[in-house]
Amino acid sequence: MASSESSPKKGKSPTPRVPMPTQEPLARIKNFAEVALGYAEDQALIEASRCIQCKKPLCVQGCPVEVPIRDFIAHLQKNDVQKAYEVIKSTNSLPAVCGRVCPQETQCEGNCILGKKGEPVAIGRLERYVADTYMALSACDQITGKPECPLINEDLKVACIGSGPSSLTAAGYLAARGIKVTVFEALHEVGGVLIYGIPEFRLPKGIVAAEVAALKEQQVDLLPNWVGGKTFTIKELFDEGYKAVFIGVGAGLPKFLGIPGENLIGVFSANEYLTRANLGRAYDFPHWDTPTFPGRRVAVLGGGNVAMDAARTALRLGAEEVRIVYRRTQGEMPARHEELEHAVEEGVILEILSAPVEFKGDSQGRLTSMVIQKMELGEPDASGRRSPVPIEGAFQELACDMAVIAVGAGPNPILLDSTPELKRTRRGYIDANQDTGETSMPMVFAGGDIVTGAATVISAMGAGRRAAKEIARRLLGEDAA
Amino acid sequence: MQQTPCTIVKKERLIPGQTSKLVISCPHIAKKAQPGNFVILRVSAQGERIPLTIADADPEAGTITMVYLVMGKSTAHLETLEEGDALHDLCGPLGQATHIEQVGTVICVGGGTGIAAMHHIAKGHQRAGNHTVAIIGARSKNLLLFEHELKSFCDEVLIATDDGSYGHKGFVTQVLEERLKTDKTVKEVVAIGPVPMMEAVSKTTKPFGVKTTVSLNSIMVDGIGMCGACRVSVGGQVKFACVDGPEFDGHQVDFGELRQRLAAFKPQEALSFEAFKERHGK
Repeated sequence: MASSESSPKKGKSPTPRVPMPTQEPLARIKNFAEVALGYAEDQALIEASRCIQCKKPLCVQGCPVEVPIRDFIAHLQKNDVQKAYEVIKSTNSLPAVCGRVCPQETQCEGNCILGKKGEPVAIGRLERYVADTYMALSACDQITGKPECPLINEDLKVACIGSGPSSLTAAGYLAARGIKVTVFEALHEVGGVLIYGIPEFRLPKGIVAAEVAALKEQQVDLLPNWVGGKTFTIKELFDEGYKAVFIGVGAGLPKFLGIPGENLIGVFSANEYLTRANLGRAYDFPHWDTPTFPGRRVAVLGGGNVAMDAARTALRLGAEEVRIVYRRTQGEMPARHEELEHAVEEGVILEILSAPVEFKGDSQGRLTSMVIQKMELGEPDASGRRSPVPIEGAFQELACDMAVIAVGAGPNPILLDSTPELKRTRRGYIDANQDTGETSMPMVFAGGDIVTGAATVISAMGAGRRAAKEIARRLLGEDAA
Repeated sequence: MQQTPCTIVKKERLIPGQTSKLVISCPHIAKKAQPGNFVILRVSAQGERIPLTIADADPEAGTITMVYLVMGKSTAHLETLEEGDALHDLCGPLGQATHIEQVGTVICVGGGTGIAAMHHIAKGHQRAGNHTVAIIGARSKNLLLFEHELKSFCDEVLIATDDGSYGHKGFVTQVLEERLKTDKTVKEVVAIGPVPMMEAVSKTTKPFGVKTTVSLNSIMVDGIGMCGACRVSVGGQVKFACVDGPEFDGHQVDFGELRQRLAAFKPQEALSFEAFKERHGK
């Protein structure tokens, strides 16, 4: 526990945290611009001053990439944003991303001592402020403190397969230590789920592009349109002289519900719906070529961040009514509090204690409605959450012309099928050491959703960082990592 | 491994304004391309991802060949590219390669631009030592594709035209049925072309109990198993054409559902094409 001096003083009422400026709900559902606008300088300084600089900062323990949170806030308190950025960047390759999409309430902020009596320091918002303010500067400068990037050793080549948060983190870590990294991405844009999955209004593509540009400055090679397992195999990478391979290909095989009518027109996986909107910029159709389906009454199935993203995207694409259909209650939804809050503010209806049982369509095969079974909460299950139990005979039909299934993803088979020697878990994910990312193949490491199943950006980054540390240790010796 | 632009080295207007053949330099894909594979390409930065079957591959020359029918905005845009131009993106090879083994006589049926895709598979069967018979069809003689290419290696090439201007007057299925009645050595039929044709071929072969493989052109977005847009029902099970296929047992495919799903974006496709034609003054 933190020492007594670092606890908030008794009798002193805690200062409330500085609220995040946001676009007004009625305005923002008509555009794809970012909802949360970020702190201005004075707001950031006031919020930073709330941090009491604990001797043993618990917040850091809650951070999968161990950002020295207390230290960066200390610099910020002196309005030294550049120093603050250097401190964050020393462990976090994607701070502008993390400041936006991390579930801070369960990580750093969830551990903040101020949260015991009042509101925790808004660590995520401060991280975002620092990253946004200083991202324009040279990434090499920031990380190494040297005017130029470290001399890259072209003989020590490492391949990262996939370009989502785990791979980009691994790439950044290795490049900063002078290792030549190639990132292979199957899609045409680099960023993985940060690009195809998370909408512009929550994470602008310009932010991802800036973080990727910082990696390019570190001489990381980025190869889009290269499909691991199809365009090349892992064995071929070693034949080409790569010394280690990091696999961060994400989960990315959409789960469906297995109920009748699921192939009707208008029933999408969240992956398809979000990929059309985000990667294909379907909101700008026909200026961009990828179309999407204009849903009027939309049902989104699931209660996680992906469901929130899909529901809010549907509103912005002009839907008149959007429902999130979830089989437990609002309290059990796995989405970030802020996303759920924003969705409700924007007019998304929560249809809780409801499980879909059938989709119905017209003679053209287009979705017209969906049947839901009403549920009640029973005993807690293995996850500790009370499990939903069907109420006998309680069915309801909801009119809808679009349904988006956001109930998770399984392991994508492409790379795994081409690499049968890679040991898998019972659930089909890659079997990798939790601390080092090591797999059953020598010098092949893995991390992120392809190891854990669908999780968060920051946990994938943590895995990328742990694996990169191990790779650096193997290639450069103990001191390097 | 490095990024080199995939450039068009040869363009042939097979049916002017309608169907063209592109030979594209992209050594890293050519090296890997097997019969049955497809690629995903984009013509411009704002373009959609278009799946196209690989009609031929030459690993030595580092080229792949593709044939397309101009039927909407994206293919019309592709048609504006000339020799020396680079594709914006080219990704592949994708999908499962055709399962090819030496079995005896194999009939490869092709219709429309599907003949080009069928050509690569027929080549594979020929190389595997099968007696390879191509049956190709079109509305009339001047719309018939790849006859010369198929004749250069197939054991037999049989032709059907709707108007009787060349070969048998009628459909490829009639030629196929005649052959199946008289030739008991036929072990497999492969059909690639428009959905109604593949469905008709599957119906034709069913009573003969001959294994029938079709290559499905369902709507795709990523082509790497991520989105599920291309899902098809095969034998009552849901499959993804991009990773489980694109080839499936024609006797098991739910063609009705496939037809409906292919029409999902008809209004948007028309809108997009109109906007393109306006911009290009057509």
